[in-house]
Amino acid sequence: MTAPFEPWRGYRLNPAVALRREPFGALAYHFGTRRLSFLKAPDLVDLVRGLGSQRSVSEALAAIPDERHEAYLRALAALAAADMIVPQPDQSEMP
Amino acid sequence: MLQDIRADASPAASPSPGTDVCGNLDAGPETRHAEDAPIANELLVEEVSIDGMCGVY
Amino acid sequence: MTSSGPARPDRVLPLVEQFKGGLAAPICLTWEWTYACNLSCTHCLSSSGRRDPAELTTAEMRSVIDELRSMQVFYVNVGGGEPTVRPDFWELLDYAVAKQVGVKFSTNGLRLDADRARRLAATDYVDVQVSLDGASREVNDAIRGPGSYDMALRAMANLAEAGMENFKISVVMTRHNVPELDNLASLADRFGAQLRITRLRPSGRGADVWYELHPTDQQQREIYRWLVDHGDRVLTGDSFFHLNALGGTALPGLNLCGAGRVVCLIDPVGDVYACPFAIHDAFKAGTVRAPGGFAGVWRTAPLFAELRTETSGGACRSCSEYSACQGGCMAAKFFTGLPLDGPDPECVKGYGAGGLAAARHAGRPKAGQDHSHGIAFSRSGEPPGPSRVLALGMPGVGIPAKPCDSSPLAVMS
Repeated sequence: MTAPFEPWRGYRLNPAVALRREPFGALAYHFGTRRLSFLKAPDLVDLVRGLGSQRSVSEALAAIPDERHEAYLRALAALAAADMIVPQPDQSEMP
Repeated sequence: MLQDIRADASPAASPSPGTDVCGNLDAGPETRHAEDAPIANELLVEEVSIDGMCGVY
Repeated sequence: MTSSGPARPDRVLPLVEQFKGGLAAPICLTWEWTYACNLSCTHCLSSSGRRDPAELTTAEMRSVIDELRSMQVFYVNVGGGEPTVRPDFWELLDYAVAKQVGVKFSTNGLRLDADRARRLAATDYVDVQVSLDGASREVNDAIRGPGSYDMALRAMANLAEAGMENFKISVVMTRHNVPELDNLASLADRFGAQLRITRLRPSGRGADVWYELHPTDQQQREIYRWLVDHGDRVLTGDSFFHLNALGGTALPGLNLCGAGRVVCLIDPVGDVYACPFAIHDAFKAGTVRAPGGFAGVWRTAPLFAELRTETSGGACRSCSEYSACQGGCMAAKFFTGLPLDGPDPECVKGYGAGGLAAARHAGRPKAGQDHSHGIAFSRSGEPPGPSRVLALGMPGVGIPAKPCDSSPLAVMS
C-alpha cells in the first residue's frame, strides 16, 4: 500500500500517469492501476504539474488561497492514495 | 436528425450523486444535491472506474 | 466554510455540467475493427458476420491510432465482429501499445492459443475480455452457437496458464443466465479473471431476441441486489444505472448515458456513432475518412454538440427517481420504438411497459448496418434459428458467393 501522505515532503506526478487537460480541469489515468481520476479545478492541475519542481507540497500550496488549502490537501492526499502522485526520489539518491 | 425524435434540450439542474474518492456513490436522496454542499466538503478529485461509463462493451 | 447563492468561479460543478463543454477526447472509446465474425450470436449488437468490403485498411487504421495518440486517448476498447479475425490484428495491437494507447480487446477466444496468450501476458497496455453468455455450455451455446463455450473456456485456460492476470470475462445478462450469476463469479475466480456483466440492449440482432431474452422485472431486481452484494469485484460498464431507481445503494459508475459525451464508437468502415449500441443514422456523427479525421468528428459533430447539452429529462423529469436513473438508455428506447424523452423500456417503476407494448407491433427502427451471415437469421420477424458456428476457415454452407460474403477467415492479400 502507498505510504501516508506527508505534505512537508516533495511529490511529483507518477510517470505511469497520463494527465490530459480538459475544460473542467484534467483527467488523470494511471496505466498501471487502470484508475482514472477527474481533477476538477484547473488550478489543481497546474499545481500537480508543477509539484516535481517544488521542494514540498506545502511550498507548492503557497500559490493557492488559504481558504482552499484544506480542499487541495484533501485532493492531493486522494491522488497520493491512488498512486497518482508519488514522493520525489530521495535527494541523496540522485546522481 | 436527432431533433426529430428528442425533446428540445433546455438547461436544467441535474444533480449529480456525490462520490467519495473510490468512486463509490453516496446512497440516498439527501446526497443527490451535491451542489448545495459547502465548498469545504467538495472533493476536487473524483475517481471513476475506467469501466464505469456507459457506452462501451 | 459554507456557501450559498449563485455559483462562484471556483465552485466545483457536477460532472454532468462539466461534460457540456465537451471533452478533449473520449474517456473510453469503442472501436470495432471488423464486421467479420466466426460466430453468429443471436443478440449481436453490431449484427456482425460478414466482412464489409469498405473496411478501414491497415494504413487507415494506423492513421486513426496516430490520431488517438495525439488526442491522448488513454484507452480504446476494440471489438467487432471478432477483431482477431483481421490478419493485421496483432500488428495493429502492437502499433497502438507502442504509442501508449491502451487496448482492451473483446474476443470470443478464436485466436487465443497458448502462444498468443503468453505473448499477450507479456505485453503492457493490453487487456483481454473474453465474451461468454452462460456459466453452462447449454445456456451459453443457445445464444453464441455450438462450440462457442468450449472455445471461450479454452482461451481462458490459456490466458490463466500464461499468467494473464485479471483478464475480463464479459457476460450479457439474459433471462437464462441471471440464475447463473454465482456460477459466473466462480468461473471468473477459477481463471483468475474479473467478471463483467452488461445489459442486453435491443441493438443489432438484439432487437430480434430482446423480448424473449431481456431479464424479467423480478430478475432485474435480482441483478441489482446481486451487484449490491458482490459488486465490488464485478464490473458493469455502468450499464445498469437504470436499476438505481430501485433505490437504496447507487451502483458505482458515472450513472449517466455516455453517448457522445464520454464515449463513442468508430465502426469498421470508419463511421463514428454516439455509442456502440446505437448503430443507426440517427446517431451517426460523421466519418474518420472526412478531412478532419476522428478528432474533427469528436470536436465538431453537431450530433455530439446536441448530446452534450443537458436535456430536460422530458416525461421522466417529474419522477422521484430521475436523478438516480437519468431516464435510462437512449439506445434501448430507440430500438424498442419508444420516445427518447420518455421512460426506458425496462424502467423499474414500470413506466415503460405501456409504451413498450404499444410500440412492439408498430414499426421499429432497424439497425443501420447488417452484416449477419445469411444462414443465421431471418429478419422478417420469424423467430431466429439456431446460431451457427462456421467451421474455421470454411465459408458456411448456403452463403451466396458474393465478394462481401467471403469467409471472414480468408487471408487478405
